[in-house]
This record gives sequence, C-alpha cells and structure tokens, in this order.
Amino acid sequence: MAGSIIAKSALAISLALTSGLALAAGQYGPGASDTEIKIGNTMPYSGPASAYGIIGKTEAAYFAMINEQGGINGRKINFISRDDGYSPPKTVEQVRQLVEQDQVLFLFSTLGTPTNVAIHTYLNDNKVPQLFVATGADQWNNPKKFPWTMGLIPSYGTEARIYAHYILKNLPSAKIAVLYQNDDFGKDYLNGLRAGLGDKAQKMIVATQSYETTDPTVDSQVVTLQGSGADVLMTAAIPKFAAQAIRKVYDIGWKPTHFLSSVSNSVGTVMKNAGYEKGVGIISAAFAKDPTDPQWANTPEYKEWLAFMKKHNPSANTADVQGVIGYSYAQTLVAVLKACGNNLTRENIMKQAASLHDLKLPMLLPGIAISTSATDFAPIKQMQPEKFDGTTWKLFGEVLSGS
Amino acid sequence: MHQFLQQIFSGLAAGAIYASVALALVMIYRATDLVNFAQGEMAMFSTYIAWTLVNAGLPFWAAFLITLAVSFVGGMAIERVLIRPVENAPVLAAVIVTIALLLIFNSTAGWLYSYTVQDFPSPFPDRPVFGALITTRDLGVIAVTLVMLAMLFIFFRFTATGLAMRAAAQNPESARLCGIPVGRMLAIGWGLAAAIGATAGIMVAPVLFLDPNMMGGVLIYAFAGALLGGITSPVGAVVGGLIVGVTENLVGTYLIASQLKLTVAFALIILVLVFKPNGLFGTAIIRRV
Repeated sequence: MAGSIIAKSALAISLALTSGLALAAGQYGPGASDTEIKIGNTMPYSGPASAYGIIGKTEAAYFAMINEQGGINGRKINFISRDDGYSPPKTVEQVRQLVEQDQVLFLFSTLGTPTNVAIHTYLNDNKVPQLFVATGADQWNNPKKFPWTMGLIPSYGTEARIYAHYILKNLPSAKIAVLYQNDDFGKDYLNGLRAGLGDKAQKMIVATQSYETTDPTVDSQVVTLQGSGADVLMTAAIPKFAAQAIRKVYDIGWKPTHFLSSVSNSVGTVMKNAGYEKGVGIISAAFAKDPTDPQWANTPEYKEWLAFMKKHNPSANTADVQGVIGYSYAQTLVAVLKACGNNLTRENIMKQAASLHDLKLPMLLPGIAISTSATDFAPIKQMQPEKFDGTTWKLFGEVLSGS
Repeated sequence: MHQFLQQIFSGLAAGAIYASVALALVMIYRATDLVNFAQGEMAMFSTYIAWTLVNAGLPFWAAFLITLAVSFVGGMAIERVLIRPVENAPVLAAVIVTIALLLIFNSTAGWLYSYTVQDFPSPFPDRPVFGALITTRDLGVIAVTLVMLAMLFIFFRFTATGLAMRAAAQNPESARLCGIPVGRMLAIGWGLAAAIGATAGIMVAPVLFLDPNMMGGVLIYAFAGALLGGITSPVGAVVGGLIVGVTENLVGTYLIASQLKLTVAFALIILVLVFKPNGLFGTAIIRRV
C-alpha cells in the first residue's frame, strides 16, 4: 500500500517534470514540435505561369541546405510545396489540404495574385499565417482587415508609380499604351500607373488592352495598341506573354519606350525566349541583383548564391532572376523563424514577421532593406530602374520608393 | 487602315496555327469517325521529341523527319492499343479515352521535360515583310499548312491507300468485303493524324514557345475552325481555321473587348452546330438503317 503511494507520487512528479520540460522547450502551434516546423506552399509548377516554379524549387533547396546545417534552433524545416497550376480552385483545394490534413504551421510564399486572392479569406478566418506571398498585389498590405497575410516584394502599384514618375520627368508628352493581364495582378499595374500620373492619366493613357492566360498569343492586342499611336508601352504580363509581346512589338516595327513588369524581366526565361536583340532598350525595375549583371559577378554574395544553386538546385537556370528571388524569400523566412525562438505559435510568427527592422539580404540591391511593423505589412518598398542592353539589365538612377 | 490590315495578317498567322491542328482533327474524324481531344497534346509531345533531337545536335529538317516518323508509329500504336478495344463500345467510351490521353500526355511531358517555357528554333528566317504586316516565319507556317492540305487532298483522291481509307471510314463492312484491311486503315489514319499534328506543333512552337500547355488554348480554336469548315473536309478545316483566326482578331478589336476573344470561338462553335451542322464544306453523313 505504502509502496503504491510512493509509486504514484513518483509518477506524478515525473509527469510534472516532463510537462515542465516541454513548456521550457517551446510553445507550439499546429505543425511545430521540438524537431520539426511544417510549412505549406503552393506553386505553379505546371500551367501558364510555370516559369515561376523555380522560386519554389529554390526555396525547397535552401531549406534542405538549412536542414543539413542542423535546422533552425535544432528544428528541421518540413517544406510541403504543391502544384496548383496557377488555377485558383486548385489552390483552394491544395491549401485546405495543407491546413486541415497536413496541419502545417503556416503558408509561405504561395505564388500568384488570383491564386492568393482565392485563399485570402479562408486563411484569415482560420487565423493561419499567409506569410510572404509571392505576388506584389497592393492588397496584401492591409494588416487591419487581414492581419494574417503579408507580402514581401514591392507592390505592383509601387513599381508602376516609379514608371509614372520616370515618364512625367523624361517623356512629358508621352502617349501611353498598356498591355495587362486581365486580373488583379495586371489591374494593379494599370491603377498604379494611373495614380502615379495623377490628373494627367486621362490624357496620357491612350489605349489599354488585356489578355487572358488562356489566349494562345497576345499578337492582336499588341497590334491594336500600336494602332493607337502610342509611343510608350507598359507591359504587365507573366513571362510567356511578356516574351510574345516583346517579340511582336519588334516584329511589327513599333519602337515605343517599353516598360516591362519586374515579375517578367528574367533574362534567362523572358529576354532569351523573345530574342535578346528584340528587347534592347526596355526599361524595368529591380530590387534584387540580376544574376546576369556582370557587376555582381565577383562579389562574395553572388558567388555564395551561385555555389548554393550549383550544389543544391543544379537543374535550375542560373540566368533566371527568379532563382535570386526564391533565395531571398527563403532567407527572409529563416530570419523570422530564428527570431521566433522557441515560441512557434501562429501568433508569434506573425508578430515576428511584423517586427523586421532594416533586414539586409545578400542578394537584394544595395540600399534596399526589409522593414515591417504592426501597421506596415509591405516588407520591401523600394526599387531601382534598369535598362536592357541586349545581354543584361543595367541599373540606372537611384533607389526609389515610388510613393 | 494599316492597323486593319495588320489585324487581318495577325489573324491569318494565328489562323494558320489553328488550321494545322484542325487538319489533324479532320484526319482522325475521317479515318475513324472520332473527335480526338488529345490531338493538341499529342502534337505538343511530338514537338518535345523534335526539341530533344535538335538539342542533341541534329539539323532541323532531320529532326523534323525523324519526329514525323516517330509520331506516325506512335499514333498507330495508340490506335491499336487504346482505341481498338473501345471500337464497338458507345462513342462516349472513345471520347473518355482521348480525354485520358490528353491528361496523360500533358503530365508526362511536364514530368519528362519540366514546365519551363522553352525557346524553339524556327526553320524559317524571322524577318518582317510587306511593311511589317507579317514575318517570314508566319508566312512559313501558312505555307506549310497549305502544303499539308495539298498533300492530304492528293492522298485521299488519287492514292489507293487514301481511297481505301475513305471506304473503310464510310462503310467498314462493304470495305471489308471488298478486301480492304479496315483495321490497318484505321491505324494508318491515326498515324497520319499524329504526323500532321507533329508538323503543326513544330511550326507553332517558335511562335507560342514550347511548354506542356502550349496547345491548350489552340485546341479550342482548332475545334471551332474544324467545325466551321466542316469536320469531314480538309479544305474546310484550313478555311475554317483561317476564318476563326481573322474573326477573333477583328471582333476582339472593333466590336467587343479583347477579353471576349475566347467567347467568340465558342459562339462560332455553337452557331455552326445550330445553323449548319455540317459546316461550310462538310458533307452530311448519311447512314442507312
């Protein structure tokens, strides 16, 4: 009898001890434990936007490298990345599965504007972080209404306003034509341009044409825009259609000052496919170092990136700036997870993501840093204009914030 | 005026692409009485074979001919292995098989070659001509489509195999009684359609860029073209394809917003089916019961 009391109290003490230890070791939301952080992601590995698949592959490769090095605070990253084909209904299906069956701690770097719009409300209703979405739509910076969603790259509106300022300053009598994807991504560029031009927008924008991602080509739209008599063209398109547009503009002998959305300025996938000589003189904007720009070739940051790509992501095209973008996305997340320490709850993830102060990443342009706060969910706000010279992008001017 | 002409020429260039796929659809329909939903994906897959050969260092036209041969054999094999078992089943079964093929080819291409958008070499020089109305490459695509059409016409009208194939499709039983190997004719029909599709794929890849979804949008327009021209007529397929290409451009530019271009193709399909089910050049298929 006495023995059993001793045994019971010993059991109670050991239980108390172990639960106490567990508390000391960490606080966890779903998908996190002493050994693992489970992260969900959707990517267009197939479908019309498949050129962006390299972002997901690079992120997976980066996390694999981090795990090889021992993980983050001793925890391995379990990165579950699924294909949604850039199709919003598929994104919803995949994300519900990631949240409800795989029980991921949060969603990271889900790619695409229409696809993220489709899961925006669901994730916020369920208080699951939709962290660092891989799209630049303006709506991600809305902490009041959507406290569980945060972007990373400069918003499309910011970028379009930078172009608008350039046009007002250098081409004050421009007649502008706009080719845009018929969804929130394309419309953000159009609206940003209008906002940046202010009351001149009505007069300066002489034609707009949109395309659907199911269209075989955008040739007809380009021809229509040329017919408007415009001498400036802004293209807000995903890589495949951007390449078609660049080629068609050249083929029909149109020579506008061409502004190209930064999400489709990859030398390796867009400029090469369009034909290098056809893209000479195009203006775009960047926040990351283009891997084809020779001025970075001898810097330690570039060499480290290249060594990482060669070792961990050997099948990827190292002339594709999206490989740099995916690398920077992964590094931003690692910084947030390190800051979380042993408190891996969904609340703390968002809190730490909203407390980044002047974070500098090796492959972001000099002068560009990441800052967030409880009321500011737009981590990168600056870009620098650049011009294509037939082989690479040449940066010019200064880093601009576009506000 | 210049813009109007430019829209027409752009439309002709796009229309030639639709026409070449429509030709392959007509080929299968004439040979086997089937609509092959996998036609576009088979063409895409053939194009990847050509792409692999070109990247391996073969000259373009050698790669082209090898691809045609491989596609011909592959098309015959598909008919023998996958279509033959459902030959006497309700037509829906065969439709399901071709839809399955569509998905299989699409995913296999993605798995083998990745979904990265690839540049594809064009056999024709790429120069704007006629006041930049059209490029020599687009003219090349149109020319190849017309050559294919002429060859098909000659094949069906003047060669013994072509005649036998028509007989086998129109009246299998009588054809068999006359000593025509109907089964072999059906297989040859699929082989030829696959080869035509391969040609179409190789011609359009430099324009659309090669990726596993290259033919997704094209197939819908090709259907519209084939139906408009009459699904039994090769001439109709080409004329129909060109009409669809020009119409979608003109309607999209001058009448409605360009967002509705795809809708134009569907509206055409519906209008044709309602008012002229046999298309412009098609012949009514009359069956004795």
